[in-house]
Amino acid sequence: MTKVNTQYNRRSFLKVSAAAGGGMLIGFSWLTGCTSDPKVEKIAIPNEWYDINGYIKIGDTGLVTIYSPNPEIGQNVRTSMPLIVAEELDVDWKNVVVEQAPLNTGFYQNQFAGGSLSIRLSWNALRMAGAAGRRMLLEAAAKEWGVMVSDLNVTQGVISEKNGERTIKYGEIASKAVDIEIPEKVELKEIKDFKLIGTSVKNVDAEKIVTGKPLFGLDFKREGMKLAMIQHPPAFGMKVKDFNEEEIKGMPGVIDAFIIDTTIEDPDWNDEKGFFQLIAIVGDSTWQLMKAKRAINANWETVSELENSEMHLKKLEDAFVSGTVGESRKDGDPDAAFANASKIIERTYSSPFLPHNTMEPMNFFANVTDTSVELIGPTQMPEPAEKSVSKLLNIPIENITLNMTRMGGGFGRRLYVHYALEAAAISKKIGAPVKLIYTREDDMTQGTYRPAYQSRYKAGLDENNNLVAFSVRGTGLPEGSVFPKRFPAGTVDNYLAESIGVKTNITTGAWRAPQSHFTAGAEQSFIDEVAEAAGKDPIDFRLELFDRAINNPVGEKHDYDAERYAGVLKLVKEKSNWGETEQGVYRGVAAYFCHSSYVAEVVDIVLLNGQPKIKKVWCAVDCGIVVNIDGAINMVQGGVIDGIGHAMYSQLTFNNGSANETNFDRYQLMRHSQAPEDIEVFFVKNDIAPTGLGEPGLPPAVGALANALYQATGQRLSKQPFANQINAKMPLG
Amino acid sequence: MPTYNLKINGKLQSVEADSDTPLLWVLRDHVNLLGTKFGCGIAQCGACTVHINGNATRSCSIPVANLQGMEITTIEGLSENGDHPVQEAWKEIDVPQCGYCQSGQIMSAAALLENNPNPSDEDIDVAMNGNICRCGTYVRIKQAIKIASKL
Repeated sequence: MTKVNTQYNRRSFLKVSAAAGGGMLIGFSWLTGCTSDPKVEKIAIPNEWYDINGYIKIGDTGLVTIYSPNPEIGQNVRTSMPLIVAEELDVDWKNVVVEQAPLNTGFYQNQFAGGSLSIRLSWNALRMAGAAGRRMLLEAAAKEWGVMVSDLNVTQGVISEKNGERTIKYGEIASKAVDIEIPEKVELKEIKDFKLIGTSVKNVDAEKIVTGKPLFGLDFKREGMKLAMIQHPPAFGMKVKDFNEEEIKGMPGVIDAFIIDTTIEDPDWNDEKGFFQLIAIVGDSTWQLMKAKRAINANWETVSELENSEMHLKKLEDAFVSGTVGESRKDGDPDAAFANASKIIERTYSSPFLPHNTMEPMNFFANVTDTSVELIGPTQMPEPAEKSVSKLLNIPIENITLNMTRMGGGFGRRLYVHYALEAAAISKKIGAPVKLIYTREDDMTQGTYRPAYQSRYKAGLDENNNLVAFSVRGTGLPEGSVFPKRFPAGTVDNYLAESIGVKTNITTGAWRAPQSHFTAGAEQSFIDEVAEAAGKDPIDFRLELFDRAINNPVGEKHDYDAERYAGVLKLVKEKSNWGETEQGVYRGVAAYFCHSSYVAEVVDIVLLNGQPKIKKVWCAVDCGIVVNIDGAINMVQGGVIDGIGHAMYSQLTFNNGSANETNFDRYQLMRHSQAPEDIEVFFVKNDIAPTGLGEPGLPPAVGALANALYQATGQRLSKQPFANQINAKMPLG
Repeated sequence: MPTYNLKINGKLQSVEADSDTPLLWVLRDHVNLLGTKFGCGIAQCGACTVHINGNATRSCSIPVANLQGMEITTIEGLSENGDHPVQEAWKEIDVPQCGYCQSGQIMSAAALLENNPNPSDEDIDVAMNGNICRCGTYVRIKQAIKIASKL
């Protein structure tokens, strides 16, 4: 066992225990809605619960509650985070129920969902919490029996004497463990001794999901609660002047209608950037509000340019020539190397703005009084939501509580907290608790989109087909998509990477695997083209480059570990039987590093009636220790579909500042018939502490797709969405 | 406001609502059945799928006035103990990620299997194409439907 210092002191545990008592009282049946399925068949519901520390509560019957600290957006942390605690606590997983922890960043730290960071940042804290609990239960048993802790063993929640007959269950000693001091040092298990981590356990909320129990923010109800909807301006660059307030107020079911202003001084990155003044309508029935919303007749004023997609394209083109370079890296002398190269390959890649389109539209509950605010709903950023509401209403943050609901998807959309502020502003105005609900159109036209990108790649080969020069110049609205220190930095003597941002009033935000998503698609299909020009197998070509980065890296430090990068490529090569050809199957490969993890993917395409159909995707992943194998596989499979689906079909275009695609009739998301028939996922086995997994599965899928489509159609697809470009029906060769 | 007598999950429910109120909002706002989800409001995403006389129907786009005398089944009424073969298969395969679209997916799948106990991949695609899963659980959904067809 490894002995480590805990990050906690007694005071912080007590603080969180108190918060757990108060903060968890969301009320009524909601509390049970936020608890995972109790294992009532296995073990009785306790009469008494004992708080061991802020993560663990043990009942007198042996049922164990483990708090899941972070917001759940579908990444399954409500299963995997408690699983880590249970491992070190050493309890039978079937006796564990999970509850959402209250928001207490002073104790739990990092209570957010973003950057594929939940497990990565909390790995140690979760292990320590479990190990501290185990130690306290052991000390309580030792005290009871008048023996030393070293005289005791524990397995699956049962403490026994090493040289004796006595045994006692966690449930029986828990009442005594609450009086034990939190240990300053705890012993963590050796990785080889893990019993739960590295296995597959089911989603703790599966039963509730498949039976339609209320779990999501949109499902939250409170006695006396009103419903509200908003109307934001119809275009970026517009602002509301006034509207037919009296007419709307007179409509059936409408209680009130007014304009709210959510402008705050000193906004943070996750505050609203576009629409601050909104029309709000309040009522008791969603449908009547929807009808009233349609009857809104507003005067809007134009405050800045109304942009359109042609203008966006021109802005990006202009920026290539005259834009100001932000982040960059230069190794060697790229100009000279290109001038001397015997072969030059060049291509420009682009992708449009994209909305997140979480299936659960934005919503939030707020109950604002003169002195306090209660917030409940779906947010990836609970603490920033509290902070911004505090600034907006000028109510101290100590008087604001926020409870997290399960979310119907995140993808970065709910990193932005404006809809919680809007709910709070409406509640304050009407002096009553309210739940704000967005329509799909509200959500798809609100902004916070994935930026639009355009990058120009250039490569130079010498007479022996060695890559001697490489450059990328990336522009984007409002940021370029270039990671100067990532691959192929370190592998090419003459290298230039430049990122150029271009102003727009379309608001943007982080969209699952920000920038990596586009960069992987562009760079990895470009590398495929360069490998072809060099007459080399695309995997061998990449492995040669990684050899260079391993043995004799170029320039200053690069961001990735070339051995691990090469490792996933080798694994996917082996698992997919790369190199063996099957009649009518066209393959593409790509690898990418982001969020500290490495993923390589092979996409197999067949042609059905001349149209490409994805047969199978093979994924090799190095994300360090995998906590819950099947949950991790699900995550990667979802990332693949997300990557392929959006690259293939999705785009948001603009006219006069308004999005043309406002709902799923015009905006296309991948559907069942377009999905790969199979996605197989393999993990590299190692003892590295877990790295990100929510996002890294996505980016390489875009490149592997483009490369397989090239094999199938003979077209190098460089403009997303690819479906708009595919016309050749004849395969290569 | 007119009153409508609806048969929801085998129970008669009396509802006062505007005649054009979609079944989705009757379920969610009036009778507190929250398993049927709001996704798009225009019958394009399938999150609101219920059974009307056994057929998979988008509840967001069918007004309450058209529903008298019809048998309405929601996810809450699909089985008494959450053990419909489709629900069992969903748990076995551990389909959900965020879970929001899954009650609609399950209702579409259950209606499909009722009419076609052994669907081919193409049959599944046709029956399920109206149900979007933004998390990308499509591969698992297909596996689960095949397992359910054998239960």
